[in-house]
Amino acid sequence: MTQAKSTAAFEEVLRVEGLSVEIGISTGLLRAVSGIDLHVGRGETLCIVGESGCGKTMTSLGIIGLLPRRARLTAERLVLEGRDLLALSPKQRAALRGDRMAMIFQDPMTSLNPVYTIGNQMEEIFLRHGKGDRKAARARAEYLLHKVGISAAASRLGQYPHQLSGGLRQRAMIAMTLMCDPTLIIADEPTTALDVTIQAQILHLLHDLQREYRMALILITHDLGIVARMATRVVVMYAGQVVETGTAAEVFAAPMHPYTRGLLDCIPIPGKTARGAQLGSIPGMVPALLGPIASCQFRNRCPQAFADCAAAPVPLRETAPGRTSRCLLTPASLVPQRAESLGAAE
Amino acid sequence: MSDVVLECRDVGRRFSVGAGMFATGKELRAVDGVDLALRRGEMLAIVGESGCGKTTLSRMMLGLLRPSSGAILFGGVPIDGIGRATVARHIQPVFQDPYSSLNPRKTLAAIIALPLEVHRIGRRETRRVRVEELMELVGLPRRLIYAYPSQLSGGQRQRVAIARALAMSPEVVICDEPTSALDVSVQAQILNLLQDLRRELNLTFVIVSHNLAVVEHMADRVAVMYLGRVIEAGPTSEIFSAPRHPYTQTLLDSVLTPDPTRGLPEFALGPGFPNPLDPPSGCAFHPRCPKVMPECKRTQPATRRDSARMVECHLYDPVEASAAVSLKS
Repeated sequence: MTQAKSTAAFEEVLRVEGLSVEIGISTGLLRAVSGIDLHVGRGETLCIVGESGCGKTMTSLGIIGLLPRRARLTAERLVLEGRDLLALSPKQRAALRGDRMAMIFQDPMTSLNPVYTIGNQMEEIFLRHGKGDRKAARARAEYLLHKVGISAAASRLGQYPHQLSGGLRQRAMIAMTLMCDPTLIIADEPTTALDVTIQAQILHLLHDLQREYRMALILITHDLGIVARMATRVVVMYAGQVVETGTAAEVFAAPMHPYTRGLLDCIPIPGKTARGAQLGSIPGMVPALLGPIASCQFRNRCPQAFADCAAAPVPLRETAPGRTSRCLLTPASLVPQRAESLGAAE
Repeated sequence: MSDVVLECRDVGRRFSVGAGMFATGKELRAVDGVDLALRRGEMLAIVGESGCGKTTLSRMMLGLLRPSSGAILFGGVPIDGIGRATVARHIQPVFQDPYSSLNPRKTLAAIIALPLEVHRIGRRETRRVRVEELMELVGLPRRLIYAYPSQLSGGQRQRVAIARALAMSPEVVICDEPTSALDVSVQAQILNLLQDLRRELNLTFVIVSHNLAVVEHMADRVAVMYLGRVIEAGPTSEIFSAPRHPYTQTLLDSVLTPDPTRGLPEFALGPGFPNPLDPPSGCAFHPRCPKVMPECKRTQPATRRDSARMVECHLYDPVEASAAVSLKS
């Protein structure tokens, strides 16, 4: 079945156009996400980067259909494997969740049910989506636990989440998302709660599985190191908007939006940043996400803001195929980055 | 030796786990035989995976936990004998999570002035002046003086925690993961602040962290811990350019620098972190070590020291290493 699907015309797995999420709060409507576009294909890793409050988690919850009740989603298009998700009833969408698309959360301790065994939870997904009987479910669960590198898989099935270490729990979580062989996996900060050595192993695992099963992977993270090593394409978000897109190589070699450039200046890069030198910083705070957007959202923190930035919302401009930036400056008029100027001085 | 501020001498800490009415409980060695000297004005980083004992060690340095063996000396005197209040005057903590380490029902003025009140320093008006001074020092606008923590951003809260730590003009500040709860851009601001403070006030810092890029950027010296022991220590530049212990090498390999031309690091660390209740025989790292030798399973490696570095690994034991080679051949 999988074979037939991968050879069909579904190279593109997910297409999102004009997705917005609004949350009703006491002082009005909070624009968590304002009209973002993204798409991801089979075998591709799309990284969404941004800081807390930029809307990256709300975007992923919106796609998978798990937004909190107060939040309202609107979109022009939301298409998964040719199916229009916007036209589906909540029940129909729930049927896709765990089957065609699955999500890996940041903290496996809170996203696994503590009172059921790992085996129970894995089998439930399989049975719920009518993929086979309990025996087949158990066999698949055992196979997948083995696949994600858990030794003694059969005995682990009978264990409860608290009996596993953080790394093993995240492995079990990943195995769980694979139960129904989904085409889209959304991983929201999958390694933030883990140690660096375990982080590298889990990322390896995700990478290898994605290659093997040719899944589309949306990886949400704030860690630019992970983005650089994992991403096929990168989407940088700021204040609910996409501010820059491109391949990982393009974005890291020549970031175009002042926010992306600021972020890259903030992290110490071994070998590039002089030890003990002042790190770059982005002064100021994220604007309040209330009311309509009337100007560039980043202008109050931008080192190169000028009068036009305040005049009107800045559109996302395409400078090359797949390469966009929401900035009025041309690449030539950007000031050199701190890292570049350091590199030149060496 | 006069420049040593804080010294750990063969410090160990054991916990009894699972003891009940009928069970005797097992002994967990959270920290074991740690020797570390903290010199005035330096920044020492303690790194390692979770469960390696770095937080337990930092709590002992703060005088919040008594060592089960060995001693921690402040200015040459065991801190056990100095008393809590005096220790707190000289050694202050900054904790990881500024959301849970600040009292949500107190204003910034009350939070920052609390150490002064506890130690009965100054009168109300002088304390208020000191609070304003401290807020300026850490870059908090004065208008926030009567704000509550919930009205602040994460970075501002961490600044409050730092201001509070500095209220007593301590000599040593111990920061346990000071930026891991913060966003990238805010992290940079806090790291810059810590460095400015260190220069201006000639503070001595201990930074407990798992972010090796941050450690390399900030620290003068690094101590790498594994299962309660310091397995390698030395100047940051030397450790990062030429790590000796295989564990340190693995840790450094797992750092993901933002370089899209490189893929994920290739290394096999084997099984996960060992159960501290049932530590492996010999060298605790041997089940995961890529360079394991027969000797490693039998005996714990001795501490090798040269000018500024120390390492605990059989690879650097000339006699045993050559013996192992001859055994193989």
